[in-house]
Amino acid sequence: MTRAQREIGVLKSAVFVLSLIPLALLLLKAANDELSANPIKDITEETGIWTLRFLVATLSITPLRKITGWQRFARFRRMVGLFAFFYGFLHFTTYVYLDQFFSFEEILRDVAKRPFITVGFTAFVLMIPLAVTSPNRIVKWMGGRRWQQLHRLVYLVALGGVFHYLWLVKADTSRPLRYGVVLSVLLLYRMWDFFKSRGVGSRVKV
Amino acid sequence: MLIKRTGDLKTSEITPEHLYLNRRDFIRGASAAGIGLASSLVFPDPARSDDRWPRGKRGPYDTDEEANTFKDITTYNNFYEFGVDKSDPAANSAGFQPKPWTVRIEGDVKKPATYNLEDFIKPYKLEDRIYRMRCVEGWSMVIPWRGFPLSDLLKKVEPTSRAKFVTFETVYRPGQMPGQKQRFLEWPYVEGLRMDEALNPLTLLAVGLYGKDLPNQNGAPLRLVTPWKYGFKGIKSIVKINFTDKEPRTTWNISAPGEYGFYSNVNPGVDHPRWSQKSERRIGEFFKRKTLMFNGYADQVASMYAGMDMRKNF
Repeated sequence: MTRAQREIGVLKSAVFVLSLIPLALLLLKAANDELSANPIKDITEETGIWTLRFLVATLSITPLRKITGWQRFARFRRMVGLFAFFYGFLHFTTYVYLDQFFSFEEILRDVAKRPFITVGFTAFVLMIPLAVTSPNRIVKWMGGRRWQQLHRLVYLVALGGVFHYLWLVKADTSRPLRYGVVLSVLLLYRMWDFFKSRGVGSRVKV
Repeated sequence: MLIKRTGDLKTSEITPEHLYLNRRDFIRGASAAGIGLASSLVFPDPARSDDRWPRGKRGPYDTDEEANTFKDITTYNNFYEFGVDKSDPAANSAGFQPKPWTVRIEGDVKKPATYNLEDFIKPYKLEDRIYRMRCVEGWSMVIPWRGFPLSDLLKKVEPTSRAKFVTFETVYRPGQMPGQKQRFLEWPYVEGLRMDEALNPLTLLAVGLYGKDLPNQNGAPLRLVTPWKYGFKGIKSIVKINFTDKEPRTTWNISAPGEYGFYSNVNPGVDHPRWSQKSERRIGEFFKRKTLMFNGYADQVASMYAGMDMRKNF
């Protein structure tokens, strides 16, 4: 193993452990009765907000790599993305189990009737194929181009997450809007990057 | 901490501890049975054994359901003047000064006046009322309020025949209420009732809970309690009571007219546009329970709305 590989290994382990801290804190609070009088809501909100944070983190990696030129950022993208799915799964499970207690009739009605649940549920479902196609072998089997096309779904997932949040708050929309702004910046950067590289390419041809 | 009121409480009315502990036994049993892994995690046992208000009806309007703990009632609040999180009111209201306090009575009323809070309360007999409280967000509590019927006040100040509505206004003190520095709602908070609603014997002006003065986070020193309506109708820290002939524009109604109507009666048949109102989670319970029409107070209030389209007048 080269030194660089060792470094990446250590950094990856660190990111892995850091990513589990929100869950550890939540469990600790639950065990010590430090959650509010409505613990199910706390768990739902905490797992939900961390899903969104990990989605934003995942989408920050490519811009960070391009801006800093540190190519190894790309090595963390899959792990961070899978943590977004992990927290999304916990969030979804909390809703199905703790909140609705497997009342599938209620859940289906919610998904059909409540726009914030429709969009949140859709975002979660769209994350499943991304998580499933994350192992190297599957990326190879699919081919990089097809894999990349599929994984563009992450933009929809993140947008869905922001709207899911925005549509459930009662009056103070500032927090969901903050995520909306960060996400917009990340998406605008990609558009700018895309047109810049195309612009350069066409000029070369001429 | 319980205020002792042995004088008017028969010992036979107090639920024996072994009975009211049954629910916890149930949850524990459920965990043992394997369906409630989460419930034992979410409801760790000892912390929920805070002293509780003695269970049982003392007056015709009391519920005999178990009251929530003082801790639950005073740490899980919606009081946006102190911030939007449920923990904000308890965390941010320590600097709020509920004394001295003045209340102004004005509008279409024969005896308009400005009172000190002490003088304002003095003429009335305070009573404890155990009411259900249903939040528009889908959770509920049982709260032992202390206060007096609003109708007693109305008898005293004598609204004129022009008065069709009562409007209440919360104090505006951005220096002590950090939420008022932000503009997600229009300040000061305004709520209102139709005159018959104001006169309904359930309608309470509360000055305390659990036998103590109202904590700041619960709307000190004076708040409204209308248990058949969603919680936000229960305006807190009242400084003005105004009698008018027009339906007032109320804060949440201004903020989102399609979501929060003037009446805002608890109604499982009329959903909030974004979520269902069919069920609710009672704070401290694991399973949701069905929401009752008028929050279970139909006998006392339904006649006021006879013939009214509750979908239109939500």
